[in-house]
Amino acid sequence: MQYAPATGLLSTMWLLVAIPLASAAVLLLLGRRADRWGHWLGVASVAASFVLGLTYFFQLRGLTNRSVELSMWQFIEVGSLKVDFGLLFDPLSGVFVLLITGVGSLIHLYAVGYMEHDPGRRRFFAYFNLFVAAMLLLVLGNNYVMLFFGWEGVGLASYLLISFWNHLPSAATAGKKAFLMNRVGDAGLLIAIFIMFATLGTTQFDEVFTHVGALTGGIVLMMGLLLLLGAAGKSGQFPLQAWLPDAMEGPTPVSALIHAATMVTAGVYLIARSNPIYSANPTLQTVVVSVGALTLLMGCIIGCAKDDIKRVLAWSTVSQIGYMFLGVGLGGGAYALAIVHLLAHGFFKANMFLGAGSVMHGMHDQTDIRRFGGLSKYMKITWLTFATGWLAILGLFPFSGFFSKEPIIVAAFARHGWTAWLYGGAALLGAGLTAFYMTRLFVLTFHGPKRWTDEIEHPHESPPVMTIPLILLAIGSVAAGGLMATSVPEWLTPVLGPQEEAHGVLSHTVLTVLATAVTVIGAGLAWALFRKGTAPQELPAGPVVTAARKNLYTDAFNEAVFEKPGIYLTRALVFLDGKVVDGGVNLLAAAVGGGSGRLRRLQTGFVRSYAMSVLAGALLVVAAFLALQMGWLA
Amino acid sequence: MAGVTEFPFLSVLTLAPLVGALVVAFLPRTNPELAKRVAFGWSLAVLALSVAMWVAFQTGGERFQFRESYPWIPSWGVSFTFAADGIALVMLMLIAVLVPVVILASWKDADALKRSVPVYFALLLALEGTMIGVFAAADIFLFYVFFEVMLVPMYFLIGSYGGHQRQYAAVKFFLYSLVGGLFMLAAVIGLWVVGGQTFDWQALTQIDMSTGTERWLFLGFFIAFAIKAPFFPFHTWLPDSGAAAPAGSAALLVGVMDKVGTFGILRYCLPLFPEASKWFAPYALALALIGIIYAALLAVGQNDLKRLVSYTSIAHFGFIGVGIFAFTTQAGTGAVLYMLNHGLATGLLFLVVGMLVARRGSALVSDFGGVGKLMPILAGVFFFAGLASLALPGTAPFVSEFLVLLGTYPVNKPVAVIATLGVILAAAYVLWMVQRTTQGTLNPALAEHEGMRRDITLREKVVVAPLIALILLLGFYPKPVTDVINPAVQATMQDVGKTDPAPTAVTTEAAK
Repeated sequence: MQYAPATGLLSTMWLLVAIPLASAAVLLLLGRRADRWGHWLGVASVAASFVLGLTYFFQLRGLTNRSVELSMWQFIEVGSLKVDFGLLFDPLSGVFVLLITGVGSLIHLYAVGYMEHDPGRRRFFAYFNLFVAAMLLLVLGNNYVMLFFGWEGVGLASYLLISFWNHLPSAATAGKKAFLMNRVGDAGLLIAIFIMFATLGTTQFDEVFTHVGALTGGIVLMMGLLLLLGAAGKSGQFPLQAWLPDAMEGPTPVSALIHAATMVTAGVYLIARSNPIYSANPTLQTVVVSVGALTLLMGCIIGCAKDDIKRVLAWSTVSQIGYMFLGVGLGGGAYALAIVHLLAHGFFKANMFLGAGSVMHGMHDQTDIRRFGGLSKYMKITWLTFATGWLAILGLFPFSGFFSKEPIIVAAFARHGWTAWLYGGAALLGAGLTAFYMTRLFVLTFHGPKRWTDEIEHPHESPPVMTIPLILLAIGSVAAGGLMATSVPEWLTPVLGPQEEAHGVLSHTVLTVLATAVTVIGAGLAWALFRKGTAPQELPAGPVVTAARKNLYTDAFNEAVFEKPGIYLTRALVFLDGKVVDGGVNLLAAAVGGGSGRLRRLQTGFVRSYAMSVLAGALLVVAAFLALQMGWLA
Repeated sequence: MAGVTEFPFLSVLTLAPLVGALVVAFLPRTNPELAKRVAFGWSLAVLALSVAMWVAFQTGGERFQFRESYPWIPSWGVSFTFAADGIALVMLMLIAVLVPVVILASWKDADALKRSVPVYFALLLALEGTMIGVFAAADIFLFYVFFEVMLVPMYFLIGSYGGHQRQYAAVKFFLYSLVGGLFMLAAVIGLWVVGGQTFDWQALTQIDMSTGTERWLFLGFFIAFAIKAPFFPFHTWLPDSGAAAPAGSAALLVGVMDKVGTFGILRYCLPLFPEASKWFAPYALALALIGIIYAALLAVGQNDLKRLVSYTSIAHFGFIGVGIFAFTTQAGTGAVLYMLNHGLATGLLFLVVGMLVARRGSALVSDFGGVGKLMPILAGVFFFAGLASLALPGTAPFVSEFLVLLGTYPVNKPVAVIATLGVILAAAYVLWMVQRTTQGTLNPALAEHEGMRRDITLREKVVVAPLIALILLLGFYPKPVTDVINPAVQATMQDVGKTDPAPTAVTTEAAK
């Protein structure tokens, strides 16, 4: 594997990161002076990166070796370790750049309207720009340390934006939870980098991937699992999924851009980027597939039981990223399928999150779908655009999901033996459940009887600055999947390998029919159940629904196993340090300092004790000196 | 440039602040502003001279540069010998940068007290001179003298100008250091005896001694340095001192003075007692590792901001200890870089905490809450200092922590992995501190507090700006500093007789 040095226009690709970063710095440093126009600078900087990204993309298409790298400066050079501030623009990072800046521009634009009445709008755009810069560095870095740089940067931006309204304790706690759970994953990523250095002496992508073959199976497995831990943390996958739904405490554009379309897919990027490592070890791939399958089902099940519009969408994100993990875990041709689904999901999920924001905008920030209903008449654009997202995630022909999700189901059925039924079955069941909870969400929000709270009389449609991004994303939701289904895998061949036809235990046609059938059944069931609305309060339910409402007890598990013992341990140590360690050493010191004085006496007659300890110390010196002379100690 | 390199940088840098301290001490008490200005100007002059020295230092040149030697007590083999390697140079720069910043930050600290303002600033300059001396000394007796004398100004800064329980803290600080110093004195004398009655560092690295003698002498030095650094279980004096000292002095105490411990291990324990260093390394690593986890957990549990920051420092010293005793180029360079970066980051954190405490009149976390609403900029700086403390990429401490862990992993996997868990705990104590202090519902007691309505002042901006700039600069481009540190660390590793392991897979591949 060889990357060519960037020449010509491509040697300016650092601008992609630098422009939004500079904008963030300006917005933060100028403070209130930039309040009037800061948001437009924020939008313009991301739009500029998008235009540049497009330019570079077409430049890249004209090259024979479509992987070019640019070393900006030497970051670390100590002993045999060499790490550059280096960027890599190749087909994989190229599509990510377009997704991040393209969808990012639309969401920035939307946020101008959404955050209009917020006094912190400038600060919001500073953080939003910071996120874009960090995310671009994450996908553009040409070594694992740069990737980690961007990785932590997006973590910071995510924290700042989740806890944007941090005067609310819930938002502050949610931000902290996200950061901490991510750090658990980050520790894994760090140790994986250490293993690379210890075994291969490098963290450069090309060098690591070229020499993966020299590593023993155990090392590859360990490295891959640690990378997976990092990926799971960032992407909200089992067992580190709990922070993502809480992240909905942030403003809705944040949920759309960071916690749906881009940052949470960084884990998928990491695994796809590291495909030579994952492809080298089948056990590793099985673990990734299992995490994906488990998480996609978890997300679906919990999503069915939630009543907060953003939380349903958040669990849906967890579930859809599960599909992507399933894809990258299957390996081979499925790497590219996962990326296609990631891109398609970026459009339709951003679309639905922004749609949810538009609904909340018109409904006094209400988020409870039990208190919506009948909104299709009042918010025509939001309703229609949301409908495209809904149809896209369902995966019905000819909408996006049909071309992006169904191929992953087909690929899962192409695994060998009974595992085909296990993972394929999970993916198929997930499709039915997805149809159920998304239809429930859609019907309860836009159709059926009104169940609004009293103060709402006439919900209004959002202003054009918000609806135009919605319309553009809706177009993407309809068309993206079909357009990308074959072109993107082909484009990604240099990075992810060639496409192969998947042959499984069931034929492609049978699976298409099956997937469509479970989707229609799930959607139909939800439509029939919720067409007439639902009770405005939570009703008692059976054990399954209760478990789903409580996130399958995963939060309770974390609290009982990590949080509570952690708190008790901390308290015990504070006691121990004060009484035992300090006391013990003080006692020792007092003994050394003359044997008679307790250190407590210092508070009163301290000068005397001080003098005494000097004296005692002098005696000690003489004793030691004598001992040395007489050879006792040697 | 010959003229510049022959300039006696080290002796002048040591003496200048001491002279300045004398001058400032005798300025009239009635005109405190004059004393402040003279002290500040003096420290800026020291900074300018230090920058000149940094420029004159030849990266990749001789290990020790700017060597000067003057006779002192020839019959004992004692001399005023100064010399600086890359490690000392970096620490000298840290002192030169921090002291003016601290003086500016402490501008009003002594005003409210009944004690002399000029003396306060004279003590800060005296502290600067003695700290420079301890890093610049190349004669072991001279080092020991500065090591002990350095305690005196700090003792008075804590004991006379500190807060609650200042005298208890000052004496505890003094006694701990003194006890450690006496162990070292015993070892120094022992070394003099076995080394042929000389205190010259260069000469002493060449001597042969029996394994037993070497281990005892190592231990004498190590205990002194372990108390100073401090390592678990000798650490309990630090939270008391950190909490009682004025914020500026605390920044110097934790940011610079404690580094004398880790510096001493690198300069004296490793090169003078290489075999003993290797023999004791597992124990030292164990203490360092306990420090990382234990102190981080304790930091989570603190309700006093200054104690909290002190505990975070103990955890950070654990990382430095791991880096030193891993004996690889990356870990060693990381450890030295950590000493610098921690000085900047924790220095900033202590100073910002000082600004918060000065406004609130209390250092208790529970007396804050929702500060971000009242003072967004100061809360933002506080958060930034926290990010640097948890070693976020983009801030300088990331590079050092990364180097320490990465350099340790190939030679000691369990230590590196456990230490990496400290990275998670660091996020926990920083974010928990930030949340309880600046986020959440506004503490009603704060809303009525007049001082809490005044966001960062111009003077405070000037205090934090250079530190923030350095933390970011070294976070993105640490190479100028690592290039200075790296040769000195490699020479030290050579003294110990350790070489970096080659990448395992590459060697097996080559063997095929």
